[in-house]
Order: sequence, then C-alpha cells, then structure tokens
Amino acid sequence: MNKLFFELGRYILFVRSMFFKPERFKVFFERTIHEMNNIGVGSVGIVTIISVFVGAVTTLQTAYQLVSPLIPMKVIGTIVSDSSLLEFAPTITCLVLAGKVGANIASEVGNMRVTEQIDALEVMGINSSGFLGLPKIIAGVIMIPCLIIVANFLMISGGILAARLTDLMSPNEFVQGARETFKMFTVTVSMTKALVFAFIITSMSTYEGYFTEGGALEVGEAGTRAVTRSCVLILFADFIIAKLML
Amino acid sequence: MIELVNVNKSFSDKQVLFDINAKFEPGIPNLIIGASGGGKSVLLKCMVGLFKPEGGSINYDGRDFVHLPYEQVREVRREIGMLFQGTALFDSLTVEENVDFPLKMFGKMTPDERKDRINFCLSRVGLENVNKKFPAEISGGMKKRVGIARAIALETRYLFCDEPNSGLDPITSRRIDELLHDITQEFKITTVINSHDMKTVYDIGESITFIYKGKVWWQGHRNDLDSTRAHNHELDAFIAASQF
Repeated sequence: MNKLFFELGRYILFVRSMFFKPERFKVFFERTIHEMNNIGVGSVGIVTIISVFVGAVTTLQTAYQLVSPLIPMKVIGTIVSDSSLLEFAPTITCLVLAGKVGANIASEVGNMRVTEQIDALEVMGINSSGFLGLPKIIAGVIMIPCLIIVANFLMISGGILAARLTDLMSPNEFVQGARETFKMFTVTVSMTKALVFAFIITSMSTYEGYFTEGGALEVGEAGTRAVTRSCVLILFADFIIAKLML
Repeated sequence: MIELVNVNKSFSDKQVLFDINAKFEPGIPNLIIGASGGGKSVLLKCMVGLFKPEGGSINYDGRDFVHLPYEQVREVRREIGMLFQGTALFDSLTVEENVDFPLKMFGKMTPDERKDRINFCLSRVGLENVNKKFPAEISGGMKKRVGIARAIALETRYLFCDEPNSGLDPITSRRIDELLHDITQEFKITTVINSHDMKTVYDIGESITFIYKGKVWWQGHRNDLDSTRAHNHELDAFIAASQF
C-alpha cells in the first residue's frame, strides 16, 4: 500500500514538474511536431487495420445475436455505430496505442535515463521532465483524438463493408440505422475518452521511462510496466467517464 | 574557482560524503582521485547539482550553489559543462546537432554564428568530417571528443569530467588528457576531473584531491604526491594498486 501511495505521489509531482515555460519556444515547437508525427502519423496503419476488423466483426456478431424476425436489420447499424463511437473506437484503439506508443516512449526515455542523457539535460539547466514529457503529452492529446475520429469512421465503414460482403443488408439500410438514433453527445463522450486516454498513455509512459534505474533489462521492464499500467488506468478511466457522462 | 565547505551526502541511512572541504582553481586541471566506491562520483554529482547535499555549501566564484533559488541555480548550470563517463550524447542527434544543442537552447547566436561555433569546437577537439554522423557511427574516443566539444560550446566556465578515460585505449586516453589540459589552460576554465588513472594524474594533474571512504584524505600539488605517500598509508596503497 505504501508503494502505491509513493508511486501515485511521485507521478503527480512528475506531471506537475512537466508544465513549465519552454526555454526556447522554437525548439519546443519542433519537438512537439516531431512527436505528433511519431505518435499520430506513425500509428495510422495499425489503427486502420484494427478499426476495420473490429467494425466488421461487431457487425457479424450483432447479426448473429439478433435472431428475431421482429427486429429490423437496420438495428445492427444502430448498435455497431453507437458501440463504436462510445466504446470500441476510443477504448480498443487506446489500449492498442498504449502498447505501441507507450512502450516506445518508455523505452526511449528509459534509455536516455540509463545512458545519462537526462543527467546531461539537467546539468545544462534544462527542466528534463518538461523538455522530454510535455511535447509528448501535447502531441498525444492532439493526435490521439484525431486517430479516434479516424477509428470511428473506419469501424462504421468496416461494419458496412462486412454487411455488404456477407449480404446481411444493404449499406443504405446500415447507414439508415446508424443515423436514426445518432446523438451528437456520443461523439462528445468519445472525444472526452480520447483526450483522457491520450494523457494517460503519454504521461504514464514518460513517467515509467524517466524513473528507470539500471540498464537494458530495466528499460525493457519499464516498457512493460508502462503498457500494463496505462491499460489498467485506461479501463479505470473508461468506467469513471461512462458513469459520469452516460 | 569552486570551493566546497563541509559538504555531506547520505543515501537513506548510509553516509557517503563526510564534511568535504576542497578548492578547485581555474586554469589548471583539478583531479579527484580515489578507489571505486569512495565517493568521487557522488561528490561530482553533488557539485553539478544532480544530487543535493544534506549539509555544507558549494561555491561557484562566491555563489552558493546549494542554497541559491532554482532560477539562479539554472543560471549557474548554464556555465557548467560536463563530460560523462558514458559521454551521454543524444542518440537521436548527429554530432553537429549534439554540439549545437546548448547553443540552440541558450545561445544568442544567429544560425551562421552557431555553425561557425560548432565547427570551431569540433576542430578544437580534433574532429573533422564527422558533423553529419550519429553517435552510434563513431568510435569511443571520438564520442569523448564530441562530449568535450558540446561541454565547451557555450564558453563554459566550469568543466567536469567523470572518468574521461574509461573504456579507452592508452593512446586515446593520453590524447583526451592532453586535450583537457590544453582546453583548461586556453579558456581558463575551472576543470574538475574524476579519475583513478595514475598516468592521468602524473601527466596533467596539478591540484590533486584524494578521496578515501567519503573523506578528503589529502589535497595538494602533484609534485608533493610522492613525498606525501611515504607517510600516508591509504594514498600509498591507492597509488601502488593503480600503478600495478
């Protein structure tokens, strides 16, 4: 229990230490653009594959469960679009991004720690946590919601594609079902989740890397810890947001 | 000049440094020597602010580094250059970008002036045609030179070197020693070098501080080393073991 409170306190202090006035705005801006490219553009491929398949599988499984002839097929469109917007796109995409982006950030920062590069920044008088962490957080908070928007679109597209390919229903029927019950609030919930999850992934991964001690083995362990802790926090935050907003 | 007054440092309940008092003069290489685990690296890290000592003061030309407000500590740190044991070059940056890093962050130079300064620093440490290479593509000795070039890029007043010869062959070690000696004299820097290489001590060391079990056991000039070891058992044992 003591360890839990120690880690929690250290994490909060670490996050607080990151918010500072950059030494050179131009350098800070360049680093943020670089991170946006790494986190955002570098993840488009995996997000595309996952979203299309999750959308397609959700459509097929929903159709499998709706066996009553009294329920119109367009309901599948409603269920798939709503569950994609509310849950699958933000949560599943961010769980995958915790693995891809989180491990990458933790190992990069952890490697900088064990090779004294972070010490070198400190000796120069640079706020190392802010210099390394803040561009990643800003990049994550901007790019991950963009990825979630793409994932929302692709999941629904994957659903339409699966319905069309398996002759379950026509694309028009699917879209009609999706539009009939569409509420803008579901997009608000989706974006809220994306923002919160983005902050969790980037800050937790930077934190784990920043406090790495030892060598290559510990850098690997930091990467694993960053992924598992980010995933647990994402699921926890998912529950809290669902409870508060829905 | 850097002056240490009663510096103490402990980790949990284990005290590592005991009332360290020492002076390091500008323009000459000041060497801290002692066996591994004696507290040399901890002392160096206290001096550059990576560890905060529990007691005492570290004065950089009269500025008490330990008790200064954070903003002023950062000002002092910008006058400090450090060569780390493992060089600590930024992997993702080229040699040129590594040397440019402090200039870009804190310098007030135009891009052309920065380029000239980078080329000057790299040529001063004897490196040419490596500007666009990454640290992973150059040898250990070259990495140390890039580390020195980065450390002096901002016209540093205080230079700290932690085991500058570790992992280098004897010839490259001597070249690094000579380079540190020449740069210290040329730019009138206060240079503090951690080492347990007695060849370095005899070749370039002028002011020597011998640390033993976290205490300053002896401080004096290199010329007095041999006469002192005759009646200083710990110093004698260290020198004998190092030369063996």
